Amino acid sequence: MKSIKSHFSLIAALFTILFTVQVYQILDRSISSYEESLRANYSMVVISTSALDEGPIKSKFPLIRSLVEISPEKVIKRLEKDMDKTSLGLLRASLPKFYKLSLEHYPQPEEVDMLSSKLTNLKSIKQVESFSQTHDQIYKLLLLYKGVTQIFAFAIFVVTMLLIAKEMRIWQFQHQDRMNIMALFGAPMMLRSAVLFRLAIMDALIAASLVLAAFGIISANGWAEPYFADINIHVTIFNYATDSFIHFGIALGLSTILASMLILTHKEEV
Amino acid sequence: MDKVIFAKDLTLSYNNNETIINQSTFDISSGDFVFITGASGSGKSTLLKSLYGALPPKKGELSVGGVTLNNISSKKLNFLRRHVGIVFQDYKLIKEWTIEKNVMLPLIISGYAKDISEVQVQKLLTHVKLNHQLGKYPLELSGGEQQRVAMARALAHNPIIILADEPTGNLDDYSSQVIWNLLEGACTQLKTTVVVVTHHIPETMKVDYKHFHIEYGSIYEVN
Repeated sequence: MKSIKSHFSLIAALFTILFTVQVYQILDRSISSYEESLRANYSMVVISTSALDEGPIKSKFPLIRSLVEISPEKVIKRLEKDMDKTSLGLLRASLPKFYKLSLEHYPQPEEVDMLSSKLTNLKSIKQVESFSQTHDQIYKLLLLYKGVTQIFAFAIFVVTMLLIAKEMRIWQFQHQDRMNIMALFGAPMMLRSAVLFRLAIMDALIAASLVLAAFGIISANGWAEPYFADINIHVTIFNYATDSFIHFGIALGLSTILASMLILTHKEEV
Repeated sequence: MDKVIFAKDLTLSYNNNETIINQSTFDISSGDFVFITGASGSGKSTLLKSLYGALPPKKGELSVGGVTLNNISSKKLNFLRRHVGIVFQDYKLIKEWTIEKNVMLPLIISGYAKDISEVQVQKLLTHVKLNHQLGKYPLELSGGEQQRVAMARALAHNPIIILADEPTGNLDDYSSQVIWNLLEGACTQLKTTVVVVTHHIPETMKVDYKHFHIEYGSIYEVN
């Protein structure tokens, strides 16, 4: 019973850490997804007196993903009824060039300001329209959640690590006799501590499996996706390949590091 | 005969710097049966601890089985302990393991094959008359039986030395005699060096033995 209790404590602590990691991942993915949709819809307009070449502009400004010329023909066509051909030709020749700029990511206001001022410094560019005021409330709210989650995740990590360390200290007392007896007969450190490692690894695998099962069920039943879809976010709640790898990695890493620390701090009875 | 234990000007003390054994010189030859006696707190168990490397010499020299114990590395210490059998007053059996696995411990550590180990364990448990108990756990046995298991474990890997710390301290007369017989058998039949720390030397001893006595931190041989 005692043994089951001590196993449960470590599994519960590891489960909490992994659960928090997954929640953080979902939030991070939802923000990335939302940023991507904002980025796709975000553009800047550049007005230039001469034609701009996309290659040199992109190499000079890494934030710029593409530079596409906006044709003025649509506007000119509207004037065909009221103006003669000569006047339209003169108008066409005197019009500046309009370009639509797409960006690599959804920019922060400072990035927009910096890019605008650098572009305006170019000789041919007369004006840059930025629309930096379109940062919306949902995005800011998501960023706020992310920050709060980071703080909570850190606090949970610290507290659960302390709990795990305490739990392992109890294990050490439980296994101390056996480790001392084995040492008396010349067992090397690895053989003496094999049981501790076996238990730590077993508990790590159980905790990771429970978290994967929990999020696998949530993902398979589509319980969370509609809430995100309501705010136009399409997020992967659970990615079987990468998330499994991350969770098993974290659980095994933490438990083996803690078991190693216990073993290294173990002192032989004199 | 070869000196299997050699101490020169040996001084032993714990962390509090109180000297337990003070500049003592002695040696024990291969195949000897040795009793170490002395009053409670005289340093008998401390001396035994130093012989299996749990307490390094503070000053002087100490070698066991040709291995010098001054500043010994953990690798060398493990090597030495794989050639020493130890018996304690409180048996020091692993209570979560069966009797069979407890006796097998030194063989597991020394890397013996499982089938060879099983044969050896069966032989030893038959020798100590516990072959019918091999699936039991230590706490299911009496004190005398547990000490016989500890004896079988100490003999399992054919050690060059057996160190016994008050091996009959917790036992009744009958069980004590069984243990003395086993220790004598190890010395006479297997030619193993046996060093026993005890308060009383049994009157029934049949082997010739050496007797060291510890008093006021000094070790001297009693003729």
